[in-house]
Amino acid sequence: MMAWRQRWDRILPHLVIWPPLLVSCAYVLVFSVWTTWVSFTRSTLLPDYSWAGVRNYTAMLASRNWQIAFTNLFIYGACFVVLAMAVGLLLAVLIDQRIRGENLFRTIFLYPIAVSFVVTGTVWGWLFNPSIGVQKLVHDLGWTSFRFDWVIDRNMAIYTIVVAAVWHGSGFAMALFLAGLRSVDADLVKAAQIDGAGAWRIYTRVVLPTIGPIFVAVLVMLLQFAIKTYDLVVALTAGGPGLASTLPALVVYDFMFQRGELGRGAAAAVMLLGSLTVVLIPYAGFRAWQNRRGAARV
Amino acid sequence: MSERLLARAAIYGALTLFAAFYLVPLAVVMLNSVRSTEDINHSSVIGLPSVYVWGNFAHTWSSYCIAEHCTGIQPYFWNSLRMVIPATVISTLLGALNGYSLALWRFRGDTLVFGIITLGVFLPEQMKLVPWAIVLRDLGLFNTISGLVLIHVIQGISFTTLFCRNYYVSIPADLLKAARIDGAGFFRIFWRIVLPLSPPILIVTVIWQFTGIWNEFLYGVTFSTGENQPVTAALIALSAQISQAPQYGQQSAAVLMAAAPTLLVYLFGGRYFVRGLTSGAVK
Repeated sequence: MMAWRQRWDRILPHLVIWPPLLVSCAYVLVFSVWTTWVSFTRSTLLPDYSWAGVRNYTAMLASRNWQIAFTNLFIYGACFVVLAMAVGLLLAVLIDQRIRGENLFRTIFLYPIAVSFVVTGTVWGWLFNPSIGVQKLVHDLGWTSFRFDWVIDRNMAIYTIVVAAVWHGSGFAMALFLAGLRSVDADLVKAAQIDGAGAWRIYTRVVLPTIGPIFVAVLVMLLQFAIKTYDLVVALTAGGPGLASTLPALVVYDFMFQRGELGRGAAAAVMLLGSLTVVLIPYAGFRAWQNRRGAARV
Repeated sequence: MSERLLARAAIYGALTLFAAFYLVPLAVVMLNSVRSTEDINHSSVIGLPSVYVWGNFAHTWSSYCIAEHCTGIQPYFWNSLRMVIPATVISTLLGALNGYSLALWRFRGDTLVFGIITLGVFLPEQMKLVPWAIVLRDLGLFNTISGLVLIHVIQGISFTTLFCRNYYVSIPADLLKAARIDGAGFFRIFWRIVLPLSPPILIVTVIWQFTGIWNEFLYGVTFSTGENQPVTAALIALSAQISQAPQYGQQSAAVLMAAAPTLLVYLFGGRYFVRGLTSGAVK
């Protein structure tokens, strides 16, 4: 009896530990392999596991939707990341000047992160809408030749996504930069001040170099936001006008569930994952290198 | 001295301008939610109410028509709540358990297991749509709230395990060694030592899970239809209606109500929000 009890006590933790661990591991691996497998099959409306080789990939790469979406991703990704980082860093530096009402400003700059992309896209959609938004306001004020119709302009629609995304994500960059600025060694700054360095010099020569790793972290986080962007576009422009503001994540959904081309949609999803990996693998390498360097120094 | 004053003025000026930029959408939604649609159509969405219309909220909540269902956003709001509460609680508990065993009961291959689970944080939703569609169909959970709960629990474990494991790693090993010498087992140590130390990380995890799941759209719109959709999907359905002219007053009320839960969580738990944000990247 006693022995049975002891054995049970030893087994029970394993019964509790392993299922959630295994489920969460298996979910990541099995689902990735599954979608990758589907991308090499003839699946259309329903999964059909007969081999199709790389046909889905070549078809997707040649399709106009994918080419436009990927070009858009480059424009949107570059603009969004640069602007969000610039605004985030500027705000962090401003807030770091021992200002009054720091908490209030921080709360205001960061609240968009609690707002869904659906809400963000919907409201910015109204502001960009020429017949009801900013353009209408300016017209009513008397400047009737004013034009602000990006959202219906093929060449400019993608930039409406950039503005809304910067509104949503720059507070996030600010919070990380601010945490970095606050972690800079105060003695280092004091020493520079004693040496007679001005505020600008202290920032560019002492503070910013020490928060270099945070720059990289923010860059990577924002890039992966950009690559995954989906609901913001659906709510703001639905990818339009035409395909002018579509992104890869929208193309995946379009092929999978609207055209009933599961195989091609899966191929697009795998390529989406591929572009994410291009960002994440160098970052993982950078982190490993940093850790090794840190360990060597200690 | 005056140069210094000028610099201060410039700093506050810039901060105020940016604050205005961030507040415009919120102000627009709040003001429009008490304006009539005619009022908005006559001027623009940016403006003060000429007459205050408080009825927008009640109408949008319980009788506004969304895709032919004249039930308001109320049922969709409850759907989101019925999805977010169990999904948040279960995924947080499992994450705490996972984090505990990964951080404090090291076993062979634990870093590999942790690495794979962390990959789940980065895996785009698009990679999981087809598998989930098939799994939900086979389990008979298509177009149910339980199906969405299942998705968010499984997918949430990646986040919660990451948060909890990184927090538990800093619990001193001596504390556990002492407990083990005293004869405490796996569960006793969890209940008596680890859980009492956990409130900070559990609050962070709950806040992030709640916000993420409440705001999620893609799974909601893909795996549920009609009256089973969460509120984010209903908002899109509402603003995409082509059968009638957009009713900006009512839509603003709907947007405000759909955004309220996560905004309130942010206002009251902002501190923890930032902690969750910075814990990953700064360390």
